[in-house]
Amino acid sequence: MTLPLSAFLIVGAILFSLGAVGVLIRRNIIVVFLSVELMLQGAILNLGAFAVYNYDLAGYMLVLLTLTIAAAEAVVGLAILVALSRQISGFFVDRLQSLRG
Amino acid sequence: MTEAAFVYLSVVAVVSGLAVVLLRSPIHCALALVLTVFHVTGMLVIMGSGFLAVLNVLVYAGAIIVLFLFTMMLLSLHQHEETRYLHRYQTWLGIPLGALLLIEAVWVAAAQPNPSGDQLGRYSPEAIDAAGGSAIAAADVIFSQYALPFEVAGVLLMAASIAGLVLARRASDEEEIEEEVDPVTDAAGAEYVAALEGDSHGGAH
Repeated sequence: MTLPLSAFLIVGAILFSLGAVGVLIRRNIIVVFLSVELMLQGAILNLGAFAVYNYDLAGYMLVLLTLTIAAAEAVVGLAILVALSRQISGFFVDRLQSLRG
Repeated sequence: MTEAAFVYLSVVAVVSGLAVVLLRSPIHCALALVLTVFHVTGMLVIMGSGFLAVLNVLVYAGAIIVLFLFTMMLLSLHQHEETRYLHRYQTWLGIPLGALLLIEAVWVAAAQPNPSGDQLGRYSPEAIDAAGGSAIAAADVIFSQYALPFEVAGVLLMAASIAGLVLARRASDEEEIEEEVDPVTDAAGAEYVAALEGDSHGGAH
């Protein structure tokens, strides 16, 4: 393969940083979740690249675990959101102040 | 050829990642994330791991983002699009912090050499081809060496599905309790009002 490992790692790092910025600056709760998924995409790209370039398939198992955790996080987060939608109007992070955060 | 494909895939993935962060409507953000997922999947394909590519499209584009879109459309989020969509002060802190993270991560990633020599495992591209593809090679590893983490992933999925069920159920149970409580307080209130009226009648007579 002609491409170096670092090419994939740089794209993964860019996606991860974009997701982190999205988590920090967006107000909408669903977009914060979507940014977390963007960070997980960067992580998956890194894990896959390391698995392929190291000739070691432990990375495949880690990607499988990452996808499982992403699915679990989406299910629980969206269920909380649906339960919450009866109490607040507008899904904004700064409206959730019952813990005085 | 591979380089051209990589440049196209990485540019579109990063631009649509920016769109996820910056677009105003949450539904547009979710659709931009679909684009990112497909282009990351393309990068997995040109790496030669078709197994991960299929898994990524099935789980992410097929399940997770569809779940997000269903939730958004059921909760009718488009009513709130006109308000502010970024934090007021946190944005000016978040963007420099993100840029710092980006510089740091790209610096570390660019310094990463290609692994060689005795760092390499035994699943070279030739060995994977000889085994019959990346899915068969992955099955070799996952169902022998990493069988326990695979089972743990299954238990985690079951716990998440039970959690989703419980969270959805508890909300409706609370509504039922409120509905049961309301007639009681109404009855008590009616008795109280009747007693007051009786007193006032008694006082008037």
